[in-house]
Amino acid sequence: MATDSSSVGADFLRAVLQGAPPGAVYALVALGFVLTYQTSGVFNLAFGAQAYVSAAMYFKARLIWGWPTVWAVLLSVVVLAPLVGLTLEVLIFKHLRSASAVSKLVVAIGLAVALPNLFDIIASFKPASGVTPVGVVPGGADVFYSVFGLYRFSRNELVDMGVALVAVIGLGAVFRFSPIGLRMRAVVESARMTELNGIAASRVAAFSWALSSLFAGVAGVLIAPRFNTLGSSDFFSLMVVAIAAAAVGSLASLPLALAGGLGLGIVIAELNTFLPRWGTDSAWVRTVQDNLTPSVPFLVLFAVLALVPGIRRVQGAGDPLAGVEPPPTARAGRPDPRRALAMRLLGAVVVIGGGVVVLTRGDQLWVYQVTQAVVIAIIFLSVTVITGTGGQISLCQGAFAAIGACTVYQLAVRYDMSVLVAMLLGGLVAAAVGAILSLPVRRLGGIWTAIATLAFAYFFDAVMIKLSWVGGGAASLLRGTAVPRPTLGPWDLSHEKAFLVFAAVVLAVVAAAVVALRSGTFGRSLIALRGSEVGAQSIGISAARTRLTAFAVSAFIAGLGGGLLAISQRDVNYGANFTPFAALFWTVLVVALGSRSVPGALIAAAAFALFEPLVLDGAVVGWLTRERHPLPSLFPIDGKWLFILFGLAAIQFARHPEGLVEYGLSGRSRPARPDRPRGRRSPNTDSAAAGDAAASDQRPAMRGNRS
Amino acid sequence: MTSALEFDDVHAGYGPFRALFGVSLSVAPGEAVALVGSNGAGKTTVARVASGLVRPTAGAVSVGGVAMTGARPYRFAQAGVAHAVEGRSVFATLSVEENLTLSFRRVRGRAGVRGGLDQAYESFPALARRRHQRAGNLSGGEQRMLSMARVMVEVPAVLIADELSLGLAPKIVAELYDDLSRLRAAGTALLVVEQLVGHALELCDRVAVLDHGSVSWTGSSSDARGILAAGGLMGAGLAGVGPTGQAPLDHEKAGL
Ligand SMILES: Nc1ncnc2c1ncn2[C@@H]1O[C@H](COP(=O)(O)OP(=O)(O)OP(=O)(O)O)[C@@H](O)[C@H]1O
Ligand SMILES: [Mg+2]
Repeated sequence: MATDSSSVGADFLRAVLQGAPPGAVYALVALGFVLTYQTSGVFNLAFGAQAYVSAAMYFKARLIWGWPTVWAVLLSVVVLAPLVGLTLEVLIFKHLRSASAVSKLVVAIGLAVALPNLFDIIASFKPASGVTPVGVVPGGADVFYSVFGLYRFSRNELVDMGVALVAVIGLGAVFRFSPIGLRMRAVVESARMTELNGIAASRVAAFSWALSSLFAGVAGVLIAPRFNTLGSSDFFSLMVVAIAAAAVGSLASLPLALAGGLGLGIVIAELNTFLPRWGTDSAWVRTVQDNLTPSVPFLVLFAVLALVPGIRRVQGAGDPLAGVEPPPTARAGRPDPRRALAMRLLGAVVVIGGGVVVLTRGDQLWVYQVTQAVVIAIIFLSVTVITGTGGQISLCQGAFAAIGACTVYQLAVRYDMSVLVAMLLGGLVAAAVGAILSLPVRRLGGIWTAIATLAFAYFFDAVMIKLSWVGGGAASLLRGTAVPRPTLGPWDLSHEKAFLVFAAVVLAVVAAAVVALRSGTFGRSLIALRGSEVGAQSIGISAARTRLTAFAVSAFIAGLGGGLLAISQRDVNYGANFTPFAALFWTVLVVALGSRSVPGALIAAAAFALFEPLVLDGAVVGWLTRERHPLPSLFPIDGKWLFILFGLAAIQFARHPEGLVEYGLSGRSRPARPDRPRGRRSPNTDSAAAGDAAASDQRPAMRGNRS
Repeated sequence: MTSALEFDDVHAGYGPFRALFGVSLSVAPGEAVALVGSNGAGKTTVARVASGLVRPTAGAVSVGGVAMTGARPYRFAQAGVAHAVEGRSVFATLSVEENLTLSFRRVRGRAGVRGGLDQAYESFPALARRRHQRAGNLSGGEQRMLSMARVMVEVPAVLIADELSLGLAPKIVAELYDDLSRLRAAGTALLVVEQLVGHALELCDRVAVLDHGSVSWTGSSSDARGILAAGGLMGAGLAGVGPTGQAPLDHEKAGL
C-alpha cells in the first residue's frame, strides 16, 4: 500500500483517515458496552450476542423477507433490541441485583453462548456464508467520498463515524446531566437506596436495559456489512476489541471510549502502513507486522488491566444495603448421605456399564464419541481446579489446551519424539505459560481475571497460534497438523478401543490428583483465599504463590488434556477445538453443572460430547422404542439446543454456585441450621413453650414457633 | 389522631432467619420514639420494615393511617418516610450535589431543585465546599450531614434514624440531634434507633426497648432515665443498654 512517491506525512495522514472507520466501529461497540456497564452494573459479555441478534434480524427481514430498510430497522433495532434487553432484565438480572459481579459475569457469558443460538432457532435463521448483509444507507458500500485525495470514505463508513459521534454526545448528555441518567447511576450503586429516595428502581433499571440494548441493536446493524458472514463468534471477538477501547476510558467515560476506539483503529492502520517498509529489510519485522497488528487490542486490554489499578476500582462502591438480603441458602455442604451414596453407586454403574457396553458392542462412531467425552473431561477438570477450587474465572483454558496440543504436534512431528512424552511436556509447557500469565493476573481477582485471561486467549488466537513453532504456521495450512497415535508397550493405541481405555486411565489419574489436591494443604489454602483474601493472608497463606500454583496446575491439566485431544483426533484441529469462543462454552458448561466437584466436570464433559448424539439425535429414544417404530420426526433436534440449554443453565450460577449436579444431590433446599442459640430470655416474653427454650435470634421459619 | 407510623404485631425476618416476633409500635406526628436494645435485638430490622426494605411475614404496617404492608420501599418514601440507614447512607459514586438532586428532583420537580440545593448548602456550609466531590470520599460526619441535608430541606412525615451517632465526634452528634429536634418541631414523627441512649433519651418522648425481636418494655423517657439511674433493670431488658454495660450471654441455658 505504501507508495514511494508520497511523503511520510501524507502516508501518516492517510493511515489516520483509513483507521478512522474501523475505529468508529470499535467505538460504537465500546460505547454500548460502557453504557451497559454503567447503567446496569453488569459486565455484559452478552453485548456482542445482542448486537448479533439485531444484525441477524435485520438481515433476515431485509434480504429474506425483502422488507424495505425502514421497516427492517424498526423491527430489528427499535423493537427487537430493547425487547431483548427488557426480557433479560425482567427474567434474569432483576433477581441478581445484589449478586456478586463475578456471578453476573458468568450469567452474561452463558447468555453470550445461548442467545445467538436461541435466535437462530426461533427465527430459523441460518447465516449464509459469503452473503454480505446490506447496510442501512442505500449504496453504503458503493458510494465514496474522497478526503484530500488521500482516502475515500464509503457511505457506510461515514454513517458509522457519524453515529458514534452523535451517540457520544447524546448518550453522554443523557447519562451525565439528565435526571434519568442520574437515576440510572444511582440504581447501579444501590437499587434499594434509590427506592428509599422514592424512585421505583425496577423501572429505572428496565429503562437502562432497554436503552443500552437499543444501542446494541444500532451497533449490530451498522457493523453487519463489515462481515463476510454473520456469525456470533465474530461479534464476540469484536466486542473484546471494543472492551479494549473502553478500557482506555476506564470503562466509565463515553468520550474516552470513543477516543479509545478511534485510537485503536488508527494505530493499527499506522502499523499496517509503516511496518511493511522496514519489513523488507529484516524478516522479524515482517513477523511482527503480520502477527502483532491484529493483536494490538488484546495487548492494550491486557496491559490496561494489569498496569492501571484504577480501572478495577471503578465499580468500587458496593451496595450499602446489601445487608438486607438474606444469606444465600445453605450451600449443599453435606448432602443427604444416603442419597449421595446412591448417586455414587449409580454413577459407578453408569460409568462401568457404559464402558463395558461401548467396549464390547460399540461401533466406531460411539467409541469415538465416548473417547471425546473422556478426553474433554480431563480438560474440564482444569476448570474444576481454577474455578471450582480457586474461585477464579479463567477464560483462556482453550489457549492452555491448545498449547498442549501444539507441543505434541511440534515435538512428535518435527523432533520425532514419543507422543506420550510430548503430551506430558505439553502439560509442562502449558503450566509454565500459566505460571507466567498468573504473575500479572493473579492480583486482579474477580471479573478482571476473567477479562485479562480472555484478552490472553485472543492474543494467543491472533498471534501465537499462527507462529510456525506453535501452530505450524503456513506449513500446517497445507499439510494439516497431523499427530500420530502412540504405542504403549504391548498396546497399540491406534486401535480406538485401546485408546479409549488409555484415555480413561489418564482421566482417572488426573481426577484422583484433583481430589487429592483439593483435600490437601494447597486446596485448603485456595478455599481459604476464596473465602477471604485478607483473612487467608493473615494466617500465613500467600495469595500470590497459591494463585500462581493454581494457574500452573490448571494449565498443566488443560495442556495434558489438549495434547490427548489432539492425539485422539490425530490432529490439533485448533479452529474446531480450541478457539476462545469455543472454550467459552467449556467454562459455561462446567460452571453450570458443577465446578466444585469431579463428577460435575465428568457430567459436563458427557454433556459436551454425548448430549447431542444421545439426546438431540434421538439415540436414547431410539433404544427405548427398540426400533419397532421409526424415530419420531422430532429428531434429530437442532444441535444448537446444547448451547441454549447449558448457556441458560449457567444463569443459576448466581444463586447456586455449586452447580446443578451438587444442587440436585442436596435434595430439597433445606434452610440453614440456626446458629448455636444464644441470648437470654426476658421475663416479659412468654418462655413457657418448650420449643422456645432454645430461643435464638435466628430461627428457621420451618419450625414456625411463635408464628 | 392517626399515628404517623404504626406497627401492628409485625413479624419479619431474612429468608429462613426470623428477627422480629410480634412488634407493635406507634409514633404520632411530632412525636419522637427511641428504639433501644442490645446488639442483634432487631432494631435495624424494625427500621427496615418501617421503610419497606424488609417485608413483614405477618402483621401490618401503616404510614399516616394508610396500610403499607408489603409495599415496595419507594412507596414508603412517596408516603413520606425517610430512612437514614445504618452505616453509609449516601451514594458513594455520586457527587454531593447529585445526591441532593436525586431526592429534590423527585419531591420538588425540575424547578425546585435549585432552591433545595441552595437551602441545603446554606444550612450545611461544609457540603457547599464539597459539592462536586464524590460522596464516597466524604468523612463519616460529612456523609451523615449529607443524608440529613436531604431530609432537612424537604421535611418528611416520618424519619427513621438508625445509629445516627455511630462513630461521630460528640460535637457533630449534638448538632445532628439539634437538627432532629427541629424536624420534630416541624411535625415529623421520629423513630430514633440508638445504642447509646444518652442523647436519644433527651430528645425523645417515649422509649421502646427491643429484646430478641419483640418489644419488652415501653414507657416515657423519664421513667427510662429513672431505671437507668437505679442501675438498670434486667427484667425490663434495659440491661446491655447504655451505661449499665453488657448483659451476660446465657449460652448454657439457651443451648438446652
Ligand atoms: N441479612 C440478614 N440475614 C440473616 N439474618 C440477619 C440479616 N440481617 C440481620 N439479621 C439478623 O437479624 C437479627 C436482628 O438484626 P438487626 O440488624 O435488626 O439488629 P440490631 O438490633 O440492629 O443490632 P445492632 O445494634 O448490632 O445494629 C440479628 O440476629 C441478625 O443476625
Ligand atoms: Mg442495627
